[in-house]
Amino acid sequence: MSTLTSAVTAFDVDRIREDFPVLKQKIHGKPLVYLDNAATSQKPQSVIDAIVKFYTVDCANIHRGVHELSQRSTAAYEETRAKTKRFLNARSKSELIFVRGTTEGINLVTFSWGRTNIREGDEIVIAGLEHHSNIVPWQILCEDKGAKLRIIPIDDRGELILEEYQKLLGPRTRMVAVGHVSNALGTINPVRQIVEMAHGVGALTLVDGAQAVPHMKVDVQALDADFYAFSGHKVCGPTGIGVLYGKARLLNAMPPYQGGGDMIRTVTFEKTTYNDLPYKFEAGTPDIAGGIGLGAALDYLMHLGMDKIAAYEHELLLYGTEALSHIPGLRMIGTAREKAAVLSFVIEGIHPHDIGTLLDRQGIAVRTGHHCAQPVMDRYQVPATTRASLAFYNTTAEIDALADGLKKVKEIFS
Amino acid sequence: MVHDLYQETILDHSKRPRNCHPMEDANRRAEGYNPLCGDKLKLYLKMENDVVKDVSFEGSGCAISTASASLMTESLKGKSKPEALKLLEKFHDLLTTDSPVTQELGKLVVFCGVRDYPARVKCATLAWHTLKSALNGADEEPVSTE
Repeated sequence: MSTLTSAVTAFDVDRIREDFPVLKQKIHGKPLVYLDNAATSQKPQSVIDAIVKFYTVDCANIHRGVHELSQRSTAAYEETRAKTKRFLNARSKSELIFVRGTTEGINLVTFSWGRTNIREGDEIVIAGLEHHSNIVPWQILCEDKGAKLRIIPIDDRGELILEEYQKLLGPRTRMVAVGHVSNALGTINPVRQIVEMAHGVGALTLVDGAQAVPHMKVDVQALDADFYAFSGHKVCGPTGIGVLYGKARLLNAMPPYQGGGDMIRTVTFEKTTYNDLPYKFEAGTPDIAGGIGLGAALDYLMHLGMDKIAAYEHELLLYGTEALSHIPGLRMIGTAREKAAVLSFVIEGIHPHDIGTLLDRQGIAVRTGHHCAQPVMDRYQVPATTRASLAFYNTTAEIDALADGLKKVKEIFS
Repeated sequence: MVHDLYQETILDHSKRPRNCHPMEDANRRAEGYNPLCGDKLKLYLKMENDVVKDVSFEGSGCAISTASASLMTESLKGKSKPEALKLLEKFHDLLTTDSPVTQELGKLVVFCGVRDYPARVKCATLAWHTLKSALNGADEEPVSTE
């Protein structure tokens, strides 16, 4: 195995693992090796504590009461917006809308911006790497409006072919919606360049940041994306909460997404006026506990430092790529030069679901299947892959366990 | 380790599936699809007087689904339609209930370990869902496990 570099030794992963109670268990008698982080991340104790504290001592609805508990819960919930502003380097808290997750963030844009701005014959560009959540909402919009969905092709490494992307851009292009990092392959897309090229033809951009935000420093102002969405549960936060960032001038011009309480200023039966940003897009009682939990998660990640996380995970990726390269018959799917710590692979003659079940019996959790990215599977002509997706609390020893586990799988099927 | 699931018979049938070929003179055909894992299966039946004269399959899938299809074809030859449907019901019970394992299932009992792996039940039943569709003559639309 390759020698450990400074990023691995400087990062006190054993200390960090102590923060994650779920990691301290055995599965089928073996220590849990959790390598399904692209599906969801595990939660540190501080996030769990924040949620418990909310329900134990601060529970009240937000934005309404004048009583103490309501003021506490409102302050804690809104504090997460301020933390998110720092986390993404947004200009203003009003540009950050709480949603259920990345999927709802994208649907908010297709519903609100899309239905107002897309006309027959308009074109929307997405990439061949997209998760279904950044395909289907645009398809629904295109079908409704008679618009056309165009796809940036990928090469054999799993990188977007930018020359082909350039050719897709034209006067009818209204929106370019791309994933920042591919969940199925780990490819890190050159989002800054993609955004600049889209703006060059007057198109807007949406970036699906679900797989990027947990693994690298994201600066929405530097990227200049018009919309950027991520999910709380993939950044060590709870499920049910996520964030949509949007430029204020665009959000101001967009109609509401859902109607209800909290998103209004005045209501009469004749006429309703809407609340200011971001509340205009936040109808009904939100996931308050989830929002507060997300705040604790962002604190946790910012304390560790996203740059340090990225450097450590990159070393894990190199270590894992090397370790798996020694397994005969294993083919890595996705070999982009810029890649997050995702190891997606197939093994000749053994179906991913059998690999997944056999690894599970050794305590190793991986994802098998199409990873909600069926077009990517079609591109590589495989029905499914096995995917080990790493996080900063994983270790080189766990990668060794994966490699050993795969050798045992091969023995059974030999 | 997991020899309760991947028993020797299952591994053998997954590596060397029996009756795995297209059948030109089949008079019933059906396609099965498991969207969860992308497994696809084509089933061919030659029925004479409501009796399975011959049966074969083609497809790509995991060890459990391939072995299940292979062992199913071996169990079906010579069975009448009602007998085949009865066997399907018994097989389904074997995978999804705690009912005692009956000898009527013959070799198919090797799949009893699947009941401890709820996520894999659909793999083991894909061929059987497809069989039901073929027996009932519902051509065209592929049957889905979802």
